[in-house]
Amino acid sequence: MSYNKEAEKFIDGKFKELIREKSTFRDELTYIVDKDSIIDILKFLYEDEQFEYNFLTDLTATDWPERDERHEVVYLLYSFKDNTRLRFKVRLKEGEKLQTATVIWDSANWLEREVYDLFGVYFEGHPDLTRILTPDDFEGHPLRRDYSLTYEIPQFSYNKDEPPEVI
Amino acid sequence: MGPQHPATHGVLRVKLTLDGERVVEAYPVIGYLHTGIEKTAESKLYHKVVPLTDRMDYLAPMSNNLGYCLAVEKLLDLEIPAKAQWARVCLAELTRINSHLVWIGTHAIDIGAMSMALYGFRERESILHIYELVSGQRMMSSYFRIGGLSKDLPENFNEEVQKVLDMLPSRIREYEDLLTNNRIWRNRTVGVGVLSREEALKSSITGPMLRACGVKHDLRKAIPYSSYDKFDFDIPTRTGEDVFSRYEVRVEEMYQSIKIAQQAIDGMPEGAWEAKAPGIVSPPKEKILHEMEALIFHFKIVTEGFHPPEGETYVGIESPKGEIGFYIVSDGSPKPHRMRVRPPSFINLASLNKICKGGLLSDVIANIGSVDIVLGEVDR
Repeated sequence: MSYNKEAEKFIDGKFKELIREKSTFRDELTYIVDKDSIIDILKFLYEDEQFEYNFLTDLTATDWPERDERHEVVYLLYSFKDNTRLRFKVRLKEGEKLQTATVIWDSANWLEREVYDLFGVYFEGHPDLTRILTPDDFEGHPLRRDYSLTYEIPQFSYNKDEPPEVI
Repeated sequence: MGPQHPATHGVLRVKLTLDGERVVEAYPVIGYLHTGIEKTAESKLYHKVVPLTDRMDYLAPMSNNLGYCLAVEKLLDLEIPAKAQWARVCLAELTRINSHLVWIGTHAIDIGAMSMALYGFRERESILHIYELVSGQRMMSSYFRIGGLSKDLPENFNEEVQKVLDMLPSRIREYEDLLTNNRIWRNRTVGVGVLSREEALKSSITGPMLRACGVKHDLRKAIPYSSYDKFDFDIPTRTGEDVFSRYEVRVEEMYQSIKIAQQAIDGMPEGAWEAKAPGIVSPPKEKILHEMEALIFHFKIVTEGFHPPEGETYVGIESPKGEIGFYIVSDGSPKPHRMRVRPPSFINLASLNKICKGGLLSDVIANIGSVDIVLGEVDR
């Protein structure tokens, strides 16, 4: 799998001021862009007929607690035209909000809910930003790197007042 | 509806708003099976993540293993020997048949064809026998490892697979005789649960569901992995966009998988089944038992793991449910900084509301079946 060199040239020229970093690793092209412009870029690529990066394969996040901008939200696009992928990333500080991608893809709905649930990244304009995998009254965001993996008793609503004994 | 309902294929809860018998809104509630596999993977050495991947989509363990191994191998830039690649293809296709057999059984029993469940599971048993033969396990096989296979294929592998491949086509034709022109089956499936092509693309649908909308997309052809480009097969598509089309696509896929598996065992190359990568792949068991250096290597791999370069890779493969992708971020340490699974069932299930809206309550059952979900993978 290699990336589309023409698309690379095109994006380099078109979004010159918005790109903060660009990298290629094992033939995968990644752009790190400004958080305010990500939706505009994705929308442009969605409507663009030259390269057709209009399929959202995945939307996820990574966490780097030691960095100032700790969250990285990752968008993975796919083009049916030449079967190549393109990755966009946005870096966010703790508590910073990101525009929702549900305006472009319906699939972003659940994927953003998952990122919100497990990382605590807020998406502005999301129609239904609630927890999806953990219970509604769960505290914390488990996929953050500083969330402990050691033994803890999950507190659900039914046992909140009388936590079970630890054996 | 649910979470304890036999037709939800696990613990899926659907909040239904009804107007008489018509569905106004179907809101799936998931997470009952959330086990934090992505979180657990961050605290494991790379090769110790393989058994975790089995437990997501437990009907297609080999596909999950394959996706994860390919992602890590890409990160390490490993070359996999031909024999391992062909064995992987053969077993991945048997896995596809395995998953589809369970799907056809459970989907049909939901709609009312009781006998299909018995037949589907009967044939599946023969594939589980192959799993047991190669790995010693019937379900959580963990047979594919980073760099190749966990051990060489057994001597009678070809014979045993041949037996299964000889038996299957006539059995699948029997299913078609029972279902395809069955009036009850057609009434329950044709024109039910329509998801248009545009909506499917907007919802990132992949796999048989997308192909039932007339999109000829299959990652085995689009981005060939594990030498799929050397095999001859077709991508079945239908344009009905309904439950019946999804059924037809999956049945046709089983025939194609038989074709691929046949080619794989006919042309199975000889030679190594593990990559030559000291420090990443353990030395052969024989050597570990008799040579000091090999034992030390083995010990170091098991206790310390290996250090891949910093970077991130994504590999998506065509699992029975759709595109399962593994996104691995490495920070240079022997444990993945992040292992993200792109779950096909999760993303396909997200469009359940669109499929069910406006339909009858009883069709919700048919719709859930046609999406083909495994909750272990939806919730991870």
